[in-house]
Formats: sequence, C-alpha cells, structure tokens
Amino acid sequence: MHYETIIGLEIHLELQTSSKLFCGCSTSFGQEANTNCCPVCLGLPGTLPVFNKRAIELAVTAALALNSDIQLQSRFDRKNYYYPDLPKAYQISQYEQPLAKGGYLEVEFESGLRRINLERVHLEEEAGKLIHAGDSIFGADYSLVDYNRTGIPLLEIVTAPDIRSGSEARKFLETLRSILLYSGASDCKMEEGSLRCDANISLRPVGSQGYGVKAEVKNMNSFRAVETALYYEAKRQEKILAGGGTVIQQTCHWDEAEKITIPIRSKEGSSDYRYFPEPDLLPLTLDKDFISRIAESLPEMPGKRRARMAEHYGLGESELDIFIENRPLADFFEAAAEKYDDYKNLANWVQGDFLYQLRENDKKPEEIKPELFVELLTLLEKGQINRPVAKELLAEMIQNGSSPKELVEEKGLGRIAGGEKLIPLIEQVIAENPDAVENYRQGKEKAITFLVGRVMALTKGRADPGELNKLLREKISQQ
Amino acid sequence: MKLYEKSAAELSLLLKKSEVSSVEIVQSFIDRIDRVEPQIKAFVSYTPESALVMARFIDDKRMRGEEQHPLAGIPVAVKDNICTEGIRTTCSSRILENFIPPYDAAVIESLKKAGMPLLGKTNLDEFAMGSSTENSAFHATRNPWNPDMVPGGSSGGSAAAVASAMVPLALGSDTGGSVRQPASFCGITGLRPTYGRVSRYGLIAFASSLDQIGPFSTTALDNALLLSVISGYDLRDSTSLPNSVPEFHSDLEIDCKNLRIGLIRQDPSDGFDPEVIAAVKKQAAFLGDAGAEIEEISLSMIDCGLGAYYLIAPSEASSNLGRYDGVRYGLCIEGEDIESMFSDTRGRGFGPEVKRRIIIGTYALSAGYYDAYYLQAMKVRTLIRREYEEAFKKYDLLLGATTPTPAFKLGEKVDDPLQMYLSDICNLNDALAGIPSLSVPSGIHSTGLPMGIQLSAPPLQEGTLLKIAHFLEQRNENHPKRPGIQLTEEGSA
Amino acid sequence: MSDDFRKEVEYVARLSRLTLTSAEKDLMAVQINDFLESVKQVQEIDTTGVEPTSHVISMPARLREDLIQPSLPLNKVLQNAPVREDNFFRVPSITSPTEREDG
Repeated sequence: MHYETIIGLEIHLELQTSSKLFCGCSTSFGQEANTNCCPVCLGLPGTLPVFNKRAIELAVTAALALNSDIQLQSRFDRKNYYYPDLPKAYQISQYEQPLAKGGYLEVEFESGLRRINLERVHLEEEAGKLIHAGDSIFGADYSLVDYNRTGIPLLEIVTAPDIRSGSEARKFLETLRSILLYSGASDCKMEEGSLRCDANISLRPVGSQGYGVKAEVKNMNSFRAVETALYYEAKRQEKILAGGGTVIQQTCHWDEAEKITIPIRSKEGSSDYRYFPEPDLLPLTLDKDFISRIAESLPEMPGKRRARMAEHYGLGESELDIFIENRPLADFFEAAAEKYDDYKNLANWVQGDFLYQLRENDKKPEEIKPELFVELLTLLEKGQINRPVAKELLAEMIQNGSSPKELVEEKGLGRIAGGEKLIPLIEQVIAENPDAVENYRQGKEKAITFLVGRVMALTKGRADPGELNKLLREKISQQ
Repeated sequence: MKLYEKSAAELSLLLKKSEVSSVEIVQSFIDRIDRVEPQIKAFVSYTPESALVMARFIDDKRMRGEEQHPLAGIPVAVKDNICTEGIRTTCSSRILENFIPPYDAAVIESLKKAGMPLLGKTNLDEFAMGSSTENSAFHATRNPWNPDMVPGGSSGGSAAAVASAMVPLALGSDTGGSVRQPASFCGITGLRPTYGRVSRYGLIAFASSLDQIGPFSTTALDNALLLSVISGYDLRDSTSLPNSVPEFHSDLEIDCKNLRIGLIRQDPSDGFDPEVIAAVKKQAAFLGDAGAEIEEISLSMIDCGLGAYYLIAPSEASSNLGRYDGVRYGLCIEGEDIESMFSDTRGRGFGPEVKRRIIIGTYALSAGYYDAYYLQAMKVRTLIRREYEEAFKKYDLLLGATTPTPAFKLGEKVDDPLQMYLSDICNLNDALAGIPSLSVPSGIHSTGLPMGIQLSAPPLQEGTLLKIAHFLEQRNENHPKRPGIQLTEEGSA
Repeated sequence: MSDDFRKEVEYVARLSRLTLTSAEKDLMAVQINDFLESVKQVQEIDTTGVEPTSHVISMPARLREDLIQPSLPLNKVLQNAPVREDNFFRVPSITSPTEREDG
C-alpha cells in the first residue's frame, strides 16, 4: 500500500520590537543572563501586563502579509502550566479569539505552485530559557534559568494539514521566512531561536480522505532539521503501518545528533491548560483605520517583487536571489536605478563592492544615500575616475557619507588624461629606464607593461593604462 | 485627648497650625502600638524607624514652608498583600514569609508622595482568602471591641489597627468584602472603590477581576482624604480607569432631598440578626427624615452571588497563585526533581484555605467542567450586573446591612468554610459588579459589638457614598467611635 | 460520591502541583462535594443567550509605546532567589521529559 504524508506546522516567531510585549525590558539577544528583567517579566507578585503597541502593529503586519483575516476584536487568555521558565505559571496567549483567522501562502514546490492554508495567527508571550548542566537535556543534574527572553512578543502561525513531505515543509518555511523578513515583523533567525517550528505528522493510504494518528515533532532547529526529521518520522510511521501495526499519538523530540525522533512521555493531565480570559488585560480592539494604515505600508511581497524585478531590470536568477533575500539591498538598488539606467552594471556593483564595503564597515544599505552611489558610477562611466579610485571613493563614501564628486575635487583624484599632462611623465620614465626602452625596441612586449607601471606610479594610479600604453608606444617610436 | 485618639483630619489641622510636629504624632501612635499591639496582633511587620524618618523629613519640609499634602506626616498602615520595596511582603503566608519586593506598589508610591509615614504591614487571611483573619500563617488578629471575637477579614489587621487607634488610617483590599466586612466588625468606615479607580499594580493578586484596594478610617472625611491620595489612572494597570478623580474630601455636605434610596430587604429568616436589621432601618430613617425617598427592594441575585463568587474568585486565584513555585522567590522545598520541588513547596507553603480554593478553582477551570462552572458563573455575573443596572435606574443608592451579624467568635467557623463564606453574603455582588460600596458604623449591638451598614452606588460615585457616610456619622454622634472598655493604657484586657 | 471526589481531588492536586496528605485529600473530597452542592443554584440559572462578564470595565485595551525602560539591577532580580548560581536561578533536574508547549 502507498501512503501519503500529512503535515501541519506550528510556527513560533519572535517579533522585532525594542521592548517586551508587556513591559519595558529590552528584547536584545545575547545579553548577560537575567539582566533584561523587571518585576513584570519576572512575574513578581502584584505585577500587571500592559500591551506594547508596536508588537500589535507587527503582528498585524505579519498576519496581513500571510493573507490572514484580522479580527477587529480579539482576546487574551491564560494558558496555565508549570515549568521553571514560565514565571507566572501561565502564558498569556490567545485561545478562543485569535488576532487573525485563516490565511494562506503560495509556495513554489517542485510539483508547481500550491497554496498552503493557515488556520490562525495569534500573539503570545515568549518563555525564558533553561540551561542544562550536563550533556543531555533530560536527566541533567540541575538546570539554570535565564528570564531575559521571557515576555518577548511571539507570533504563532498554525497551518492547515496541507503539507505533504519534509521537503515541502522546508520549502514552505523558506517562503514564510522570506515573507516575514520582508514584512519587517521578525528577523527570523532559526539559529537564535527567533523562528521555531513544530510539526504534526501522520500518514494515510493514498486516495483516502481521513487522517491517521499523528505524532507531534519538536526540537527541529534548522530548516534542514525540519526536512530530515519529518522524512525520518514519515518513514518510521510507514514501517509501523506496513507491518500492520498502529501509530500511537505522541510527542517526539528530534535528536539532531542521532538523527532520530524520540518519543517523550506525556504525563496525565499535562495538556489540561485551563484556559480562561486574562482578567488583567481588556480585549484588544483594533479599528479599521489602524489596520488599513498597516496594510498600506506593507511592502511588496517577495514573489511579486521577484517577478517585477526580473521583468523591469532584466536581472538574472542569482542576482534576484540575493535581492529577494536582502530586502534593504533591493530597496537600495531600486532607488539607485531611478537615476541610473545601466541596471546590469548597477546590480553588479551593488551586490559586489557595495555589499562588501557595507559588511566591512558594519553599515546597512538604508544608511547610504543612493544618489551618492549613482554619482560615483557616473564619474566612472564618464572616465573621470578609474576603477581603483572608484573603489577607494566607495569605501570612503560608505564610511563617512561623503560625496564622491567632492572627494575627487578635494583630493585631486580626477583622472590624469591627455598628452599635455602625461607626455612629461612619459618622457621622464623613458629617460630613467633606458634598458627597458631598449628591450621594448628589441621586441620584448613585457617591457611596455613595466614602463606603463612606472608612469602609473607617478600619477598615483590616476591615469588610464590603455591611454598610457598608446602614448608610450607613440613616444618611443618617435624617438 | 491624646494625639492617637484624633482623626487624621484633626491631626492635619494641628500640623497645619504648627501645634504639633509629625514626629510627635508618629511617636504617639508608636507608643500606642507598643501598648496595644500585644493584645490585638494587627501587624505582620512593624516599621517605626522608617516612619520616624519620613515624619522628620515632613517636619523639615514644613519648617521650610513648603506646600504639603493635607495627609503629609499622618501615619498609615498597609495590608501585607501590597508590595513595599525593601519591606517584606508576606500575604500572611509561609510561602512568602521572607519575600522582599524590589519595587513599590502604585498606592505605596502615592502614600510616599503625599508624605505619609508607613507604620507597618498588617495581618490578613493568607492571600486575602478568608473572612476572619484567622487564616494567617502567623497569628490571628483580635477584635479590639472584644478580643475573643474575630476582627473580620481578610483585611482584619488593618481594620483592627484603625479601630484600636494604632494608626488613624489604613489600606486594605476588597475582593469580595474584605474591606467592608472587617470595617463593620470593627466599627469603622471602610470603602471598596469602583473597580479600576485605584491601581492594582503591586497588590498581590487573589482574584484579578475583583481585587480592589480601599481605605479604612474612623470618619468619612478621613476616608475621603485617603481615597483622594490613592485614586487615579495608572499606566501600569491596564484595568485602571482614565476618569479624573474628584477631591472627595473638599465637599462632604449633601442635601438628602430628591435622593432615592433602595433599602435591600433582609430578613431574620435569612440569618440576619434582628438588631442588625433594626440598626439599618434606623439609619434609613435618618435619611428619610432628611428628605430622602426610601423604598424597599428585593435583590433576587444575592444568593447566586455567593455561588458565582466562590467559583470565579478561586478560579482566578488558582492561576494567580501558580507562580509560587520556589524558583524565583519565596519558600522552596528542594526536591529530587522539578515536579516534586513544585508540589512540595506549594503543599508545604500554602495553608488549608488557600489549598482548598486552589483545588476548587483548578477543578472549575479544568477540561470538562469549565462550561458548567466557570463560564456559567461568569454569565451569572452578567445577570448580577444587569440587576444593579436596573436598580440604579430607580435608585441613587442601595442600602443594607454590611454583615448579617456582628463579629463572631475566634475559632467558631474555622472548620466550616461554607459558614465562613456566608459572612460575606452582603458584600459579594457589589464586588462582582465592580461598583463602589462602603461600610459605615450603624450602632452597637447588645453584645457590645459594633454593627455596620453598607451603601452601594453606581460606578465612580464614591463621592455620594462618602457624603452619606458623613451625614450618618453626625446623626450617630452619640455612638462610641472606638472601643474603650477592653483596652487600657496598661494594655491589660 | 466522595470516593469519586477523592480521585478528582488527586487529579486536580496534580494539575495544580500541590502535595496533599492523605488526610487533606479525604477532607477536601468531602468539602468540595459540599461546596459543589452549595453552588448548584448557580448552575440551575437559565443563562441562555447571556454573555459572560470577564471584565466589568468596557473600554478599549490600553497600548503603550515601544520604549525600553531600565530593567532591574541583577542583584535585585536575584535578591529573593531560593537557590542561585552565578547569574541564574537554579532548579533541580527536569528528570522526565514532560510534554510542554514551547512558546
């Protein structure tokens, strides 16, 4: 019998706010343990939550980008359970009335474009972090708790069981990630845990409509892990079913080292979360203006942008890949392209030297004025500077925001061209290097390269080698 | 008349006229506490030194001629479920016995800003769960009118401290009567403000949708003064009301003409003491004589209020008290693994009443029971609110007894939770509806214990309640304001 | 009746992480039985079409601006910690991998 794999994903995403969801503590990653904490996020007795407006805006932004239906009224509930990283012993989450319902994503699978539907998108608070003494997560002697992460706004996205394989799950996540990066809602760093994914997976005979018994797989810490883990789990279930056995409903932990899923025992009643409406927070009411303002400010989504940029600028796949991955860089390119129409050349520079210099100087594309960059390329194109100078000016422009044109004037970096400026220098070099001149006359072509280099050195690299070459040959032949 | 026998307003006047210093006032109450506290046991923590520091600071300011709040330099006590930075805050529970908050509650900030010296933290039923202050993990508090009797609860420590003149003013918290019931048992004035009027930030939660901080005093004027200090919008409490706060104390005169008052029908057959009923009628008559229109009204939801309250409050409590797990603060019974640490810490740290309510609340919220218990109770709460909305279309105020009987004996109801719960029967519906409600003394029972009446008004009408209380206070002038019999200067009962 | 309630008490005590002695369980089974009897009246009320009251206040939820406020100094964060190690709160091992939601 052939089986079909049915997968639904549950994605958690940290929203990129400055402060936490319910208090003013910083959300910055990698701080010393327990230093981003206050009475509210530590859950000290007597403290109360207050909504972060930006978190709501980002959640709405993400939900809109995922075509989800924003609810004008949503509610926060308490999800009660005990765990040392959960300081109040409840998580403020949305259960009955989520922020947004439904939605979908168009994903380009190998089999073609397909729509993956979403069940819901809701907002909740992040838990803290446990550090386990010893190698393994369970059975360590003791654990240490760091509450820096506690209370960071978290968006939960739940898909319909529309995904059919581990590789589809991976492709879906990649698409989701690029959309959410584009919307600016999250930095989506799986390695820092700002994007996490759990999966429900079951098998059914091809052609059947019902659902089989599912397993929940957790602890998949990279896109590749999602693909591998779900492939493994599907195989595991297939073996059971093919052998006439039955799959039991359970939660599994993906063991990255062993590349296997390990079932974790669920205790009696552990999923009885006793949800009830959070009395400390009034229901969240969004007005239509608020939503439409966000909808209007929503950037063009990656799929559309890719198609448009391919069409309008005639860029190749690899160039598009870089731009779609890096939205600010693409924005920079497009801003520059308004004033510079050699798109191919522009794209080469933006993705090459420009990007290199940004990284060297730890700058972001949005910090640089596109006009200045266009100015630089125009100087080069008109032959007023040469390539090495252009690169030098680019570095300075990125470091200090200075205008290449002004720099050229200030430093006298303009190209030295024309006989009247170059001939005296050529004559000097010929006089100083009689041996090389003689070698050239003997037919040794290499000698001319040496002489060009000498003149170039005198101009501090500001002459054009081609012109020098021509003038040198002329001068020697005249002598 | 000793300084400690005076009301806060009287002391304020003496300070203003520079006839006494704040240090003298505070010292007078310290001396009083030293004599009386051993019998009453109203305090969990006692902070005379820091109170004197604040008093000196206020005296210095006054000497420099700086503008002062009317209550600057007047000492206050605060229920020990309100967080005070650097002063342990226990909720009268073993689980928080050594908890020292790193922050002040919003009301503590307000008291400090007004310049009120804090004399100590008062005893309560553990986590404010109870009606007699016997559920304190540390000690029971005695009723100053008769030390064999309970002071009421859960704010029994604050009520007893004011009634025995150990402080002129105190703060309590009222989740389902915990200010009004002890005020009535101790013969003083206690107010539960409109839900949201006073910030809950820093009040250790019992039942979040019901908890509200309120003032205790011997007079309506003092109550109004303290209410003005603690009321107002607070950004840190999402349920705090943005409405502006009137100066409640600036005008307490009221013309009773055209006032429509609904007199809640309460019968001996429902457990109401005839003398209590008579006292209520007498107060109603004072108002009627002054021109108010009095009409009897039956509230059909009273009995349902008890059931709804004792489902909703424990449900919220079961969640609010989850955080006491031994990880970040409080008692910790270390165990083999995390599960046993959680369970043993909580099993050992909480007293019987708290455990009972956690169990009831968890049960009412658990899968399969949520709809029948919690959700149904929340719907009944809506019906209770509607009943009030209807009543307030006809009446400006509702009036009745605060408690069916005067204070009961220590130990009398400890083993019978249901009987204990009944002592709050008159106080629960106001709390469920979120409306302001006040208890004011209505006379002395033949047993020598004080009785109280309860006045309820529509949201934000605390001013009206205080005015009526002020009016009745004048009519009851011949009633003793404080117990004088049992307490002697020497402190022997 | 109270045998059933004893089981319920055990289940609920487990859910709420409360170690109860056998005597406590017996007493609570009886008291909870009595309590539920006493709230029967609430269950009998017809609430068809009635919205539950979760909040007595009806106004829009308050939103604050996304501004960073100073956090507590580390010594205050840890001042009440029953068991600490370096910057951390320390807890015993999580021996059995119990199911929990991550997030």
